[in-house]
Amino acid sequence: MTSQVTQEALPITVRNVTKTYGRVHALDDVSIDVKSGEFLTLLGPSGSGKTTLLMVLAGFTRPDQGSLKFGDREMIRTPPHLRDVGMVFQNYALFPHMTVAGNVAYPLKLRRAPKAEIAERVERALETVQLGGYGDRRIDQLSGGQRQRVALARSIVFEPRILLMDEPLSALDKKLRDRMQIELRHLHEKLGMTTVYVTHDQREALTMSDRIAVVNHGRIMQLADPQSLYEQPENKFVADFIGDSTFLPVHREGSDIIAGGTALTIVRPVPKAEKHLLMLRPERVRLLSGPAPEGVNAFAGTVTDLVYQGESYLLYARLRDGTEIAVRGAIRSDTFADLPKPGETAQLGLDAADTVLIADTEG
Amino acid sequence: MAVTDMNAAGLRRDERLERLRLFGLASPALLLVLVVLVIPVGWLFYVSFVGADGSFSLENYERMIKRKSYARIFWTTFKVSLLTTGLCILIGYPLAYFMSQLPRKLANLCMITVLLPFWTSLLVRTYAWLVLLQKNGLVNNWAISLGLWDEPLKLVHNLNGTLIGMVHIMLPFLILPTYGAMTAIDRDYLKAASNLGASPRRAFWTVFLPLSTPGLFAGALMVFILCLGFFVTPAVLGGGKVILVSMKIVSNIELFVNWGAASALGVVLMVLTVAVLWVASRFLNLDRMTGGGH
Repeated sequence: MTSQVTQEALPITVRNVTKTYGRVHALDDVSIDVKSGEFLTLLGPSGSGKTTLLMVLAGFTRPDQGSLKFGDREMIRTPPHLRDVGMVFQNYALFPHMTVAGNVAYPLKLRRAPKAEIAERVERALETVQLGGYGDRRIDQLSGGQRQRVALARSIVFEPRILLMDEPLSALDKKLRDRMQIELRHLHEKLGMTTVYVTHDQREALTMSDRIAVVNHGRIMQLADPQSLYEQPENKFVADFIGDSTFLPVHREGSDIIAGGTALTIVRPVPKAEKHLLMLRPERVRLLSGPAPEGVNAFAGTVTDLVYQGESYLLYARLRDGTEIAVRGAIRSDTFADLPKPGETAQLGLDAADTVLIADTEG
Repeated sequence: MAVTDMNAAGLRRDERLERLRLFGLASPALLLVLVVLVIPVGWLFYVSFVGADGSFSLENYERMIKRKSYARIFWTTFKVSLLTTGLCILIGYPLAYFMSQLPRKLANLCMITVLLPFWTSLLVRTYAWLVLLQKNGLVNNWAISLGLWDEPLKLVHNLNGTLIGMVHIMLPFLILPTYGAMTAIDRDYLKAASNLGASPRRAFWTVFLPLSTPGLFAGALMVFILCLGFFVTPAVLGGGKVILVSMKIVSNIELFVNWGAASALGVVLMVLTVAVLWVASRFLNLDRMTGGGH
């Protein structure tokens, strides 16, 4: 049984939204377009403004200025109960004085749907989140994962064309969270609602999103699909926030570009900027056993730390100029014993294809 | 066997000792309850079954059934208590709601104004009302000078005065638990209601009110039970026109030195109070009201 989408999804247009609390810019002239039916994630550290932006979309935070459109309709001054968007709260906010079915039926009752229709749609929504038959349970009888599903059912049962989610998985344990990420993704594909999802968890964002907007200090630092965001971050904040990057300062000597004492072979486009940094993803750096092959940038360093992490190792090496870089590699059977120990020297290689220069600016 | 029994006896003894120590901490309170509650109440029971001639008798209870005045007194007591409770709800709930919506600092300021009278002497407050409400008192004089009414109204030494005074004294007992329950309501519930399509009014009736009722009921029950045995304020402000059970008990002792009759009244009042509590607990979840449960 699938619930069919009776309404078209709606695009969201945010223009020049600003919100200040005292002198702090929670949102600083934010403009963003969420495409119809898209799964867009607002990703950022706590206090970055991502939740404020979601609350502006839901109508719980009144911005100082700006425009917000759902489709063609201006919504910025519309009170939350007339916006007709579904929302999953971080703590679920399930009404403790109602049963599961009572919670899910709540938005339908407010819309004065006929009784028989309410019962049918409630059950269908519960089945969609794999909680068919749970209608009579009390909220305090449910596990965290089940509550999360009820909250989801309640937010989609009235078939809103826009769905907002505020860190809905943060209260779940890791295994359940991983499974729910995939489930939410499937549900989104099935229902097709325009979805705006807030999280501070970069892996969650990369797993689920069509596009990710990285937010910091109330501004959008970059808006791109997960792969572009990871492979070609536009600034140091994005490069640093997503993945465990280390950075090497870069300088020019004639036509050469030098980092960590090595003249780099570069095949990727270099962004226009006065100063650049070389971004090193630990899993893209590898240990070389012999001389560097063609097309590989090699760095010589002294191992400072070697950490066993189960499926992989993490090795830190200090280069001759004092900068430190990290290397992550898979561990198979007894390869760990062959790795260089702290104090030994190691040759580290980075493929030219993985050699990414980014502009050295804070935003 | 020896391995699994390792230290088992000693550990059990520690456990027992720990429990004994906890019991020891509670013993002063238990002793106090025994001395000031169990013994007097037992004595009350005993005395209520002793007749005028000093032998066992049911005459104290028979009198209550035979004389119409007693039924009237009990009826008045319940009526006044119910009215006071109702008025406290009507005044206290909106005030508690208002306070719960204020920023914390302002709410605390409000709470102090609610509690300030609570901390001043009951007798002082009651006589203050007498001064305010009497025929040529502040209230009548102002109302007449403002043209609200022409003749001085009879505001005291009757049911009006009794209710005004009792509501004033009882209000904090209703506001405190109600306000407590309200501040414990997660704001996200109201946001969720609003997000799901509830206007502020609907959100209040369908979410806020049901979630705050345990606190309201706890407060109302406390007010009602306190009212059943209230003496000072109704005695002063009722002016002898509103006779409650407590006053009858006092007159039985002070005027007629009839301890048996007074005790019987006390017993009946206590039984009725327990009955009210029992009925209330049948309909409401007392666990929730006292903050337990969850």
